[in-house]
Amino acid sequence: MTRVVDTAGLDEIVRLLRAAGRTVIAPTVRDGTIVPAEIESGAELPIGWTEDQNGGYYRLAATDTPERFAFSSPSDSWKRYLHPPRTLLVRTRSTEAGIDVELPDPSAPSVALFGVRSCDLAAMHVLDQVFLDDAATDPGYAARRADAFIVAAGCAHPGNTCFCASMQTGPTPNAGYDLAVAELYDNGQHRFLIDSGSDRGANLLAEVDSRPATEADTAAAAAAHDNAVQHMGRTLSPSDPPAAAAHTDHPRWDDVAERCLACGNCTMVCPTCFCSSTQDSSGLIPGEAERWRVWDSCFTADFSSVHGGPVRSTTRSRYRQWLLHKLVTWHDQFGMSGCVGCGRCITACPVGIDLTAEIAALARSGSESGEAPNTTNATVT
Amino acid sequence: MTLHEDHAVSIGSTDGAGPMVPVIHRVVAATADLDDTTTLTVRPVDNALPRPQPGQFNMLWLPGIGEVPISLAGLDGDDLVHTIRNVGAVTDALCSLQVGDFLGVRGPFGAGWNLARARGRDVLVVAGGLGIVPLGPLVDELISDRANFGQVSVVIGNRSPDTLLYPERVKSWAESLEVEVTVDVASPDWTGHVGVVTELLTAVNTDPANQIAFVCGPEVMMRFAAEAVIDRGTPAENVLVSLERNMHCAIGHCGRCQLGPMFICKDGPVLPWSRVDPVLKARSR
Ligand SMILES: Cc1cc2nc3c(=O)[nH]c(=O)nc-3n(C[C@H](O)[C@H](O)[C@H](O)COP(=O)(O)OP(=O)(O)OC[C@H]3O[C@@H](n4cnc5c(N)ncnc54)[C@H](O)[C@@H]3O)c2cc1C
Ligand code: SF4
Ligand code: SF4
Ligand code: FES
Repeated sequence: MTRVVDTAGLDEIVRLLRAAGRTVIAPTVRDGTIVPAEIESGAELPIGWTEDQNGGYYRLAATDTPERFAFSSPSDSWKRYLHPPRTLLVRTRSTEAGIDVELPDPSAPSVALFGVRSCDLAAMHVLDQVFLDDAATDPGYAARRADAFIVAAGCAHPGNTCFCASMQTGPTPNAGYDLAVAELYDNGQHRFLIDSGSDRGANLLAEVDSRPATEADTAAAAAAHDNAVQHMGRTLSPSDPPAAAAHTDHPRWDDVAERCLACGNCTMVCPTCFCSSTQDSSGLIPGEAERWRVWDSCFTADFSSVHGGPVRSTTRSRYRQWLLHKLVTWHDQFGMSGCVGCGRCITACPVGIDLTAEIAALARSGSESGEAPNTTNATVT
Repeated sequence: MTLHEDHAVSIGSTDGAGPMVPVIHRVVAATADLDDTTTLTVRPVDNALPRPQPGQFNMLWLPGIGEVPISLAGLDGDDLVHTIRNVGAVTDALCSLQVGDFLGVRGPFGAGWNLARARGRDVLVVAGGLGIVPLGPLVDELISDRANFGQVSVVIGNRSPDTLLYPERVKSWAESLEVEVTVDVASPDWTGHVGVVTELLTAVNTDPANQIAFVCGPEVMMRFAAEAVIDRGTPAENVLVSLERNMHCAIGHCGRCQLGPMFICKDGPVLPWSRVDPVLKARSR
């Protein structure tokens, strides 16, 4: 049953989550961008802020409204809260008698992820396929994932780089949350439609002052959804990835490799990029050592190195690996796309490489690919 | 689509500690095979890992130094045998281990040779250089189960006679199997073949149409060998190769070992040429 709360009710949800001992991570304004970070109250949500995102471009902008969720995807993803950038795997002490292996304390601060977009919910489902694999489960990920309380937030204002509608991952969350919020702001009326998706979500919602949703409320939410679908900044045709995969020697691969700096930014901001390296290092105390897992990127030479050098020695081969993994081979491996259409890699790319434009160009035969390389398929919203 | 169709995948792990936590072993024998190659026999200090199959590999780990994938070279009772070539920081440290030293092991990982598929047929084994390491336990198993296979031929290519691994073991294989050895560069006392392995593939007595070929060596050598065997009439899905890629986890989590749709650590390292060839060709680097 959909309930409706006002801004005080939304703030109460944040307060109750904190009172239950959870660290609340929510979109908030930091250093000129909106990122998921710890908040202490609902007042720290990005009230009255939106942003302008485009290839290699990000600027905050004021909205003149008190909306909390008028932006699109936060510039960083939620990945770090489930698959941290650095994870201690083991600490060891070598002695004459053997090697003592000490496992890190498995307890992590209990979190609530508040305001998760539909694309980012889909990304969590994608990461689950990697780390909750029956044959090999990452115990830390499993614990963090099971514990995290998720408050999803539908998107009424998709950005220039968004294409979740193409990837069928948004803009409205439909599963995988404890609570889902749809913000409505019309004729000066500000309210939040809230659905619960779990018992713990329903229990929490029951503690908040709310009223049942009227037909007018649900109709307004449906209209906001339809409007958002119409205003996706980018599109990606489902027929493009397989067509591009067949064009492994397309001249566009050389063209994109000319532009790509192999900086790996796209892989860091991507909510589904999961690659890592395992690093062993000795401590200052003789005999003590640590083993960490740290995020890594398929754009580095070391990533594919075997004795004799990297398997993928060129930027061309690395960009191709990244793009075709995201959009093509991910389906073979996990039965779904590795791209959820959040658009972050487009915004974070210093030279504005846009995967939707690249895959569209690669899908056309090589002889038709003579267009200007920086053309994107952006439409201005 | 699943990529595990014809392989059982097993992932070694300790009691709930998670698949990235090594199990401590002690070196019980260390033999220098060559200047740069050492065979270690290692025994678990406490609990043993699941028993590996030929073609599977373990991750060998030295605290503070690193961890590398190393194939099963053999089993000595319940002890694991690994042959390691010193090519860098981690393998150098592994090759320096002495009897009594400790190391960590995770495993066994990946899809092995799946010898059961070859029952009732001829078997061709093609080893280039260090490729003899993962093929060794396969040949041992062929010999102990000899009656269940047709003609079995082993072709070994190596740089030079004095850098051939396991010379005594190869001699003993020749007592019950057709074994041909060729070298790139002969020494004055070498009376055997000189040249690349592919030249010997036409001389062996297996029936190409009814054989399973097991091939391991440098990637270019595997391509030449696979193509030569297929030219003679062996279907590409009956040519099994073992691939090498950078590996940091061996459980499909680090992403490093990918080749097209495959994770070499769990879908491989042993794969039919029919699956490997299209990807390697399309992704020529
Ligand atoms: C399935 C498989 C089976 C193999 N079987 C054998 C075998 O039976 N015998 C054999 O000799 N070789 C085998 N190899 C090859 C062997 O794994 C490589 O030669 C070895 O990884 C080289 O490691 P190195 O550190 O000595 O070399 P380097 O070139 O120095 O390093 C190679 C890689 O080792 C890792 N590494 C190095 N330092 C660290 C560190 N501090 N922390 C974490 N990781 C680090 C990194 O991934 C690095 O890219 C096999 C490879 C595969 C994939
Ligand atoms: S590939 Fe780009 S658009 Fe797709 S999920 Fe990753 S960051 Fe988002
Ligand atoms: S596509 Fe852009 S963000 Fe990704 S590695 Fe290349 S330059 Fe960096
Ligand atoms: S070695 Fe990590 S995914 Fe295969």
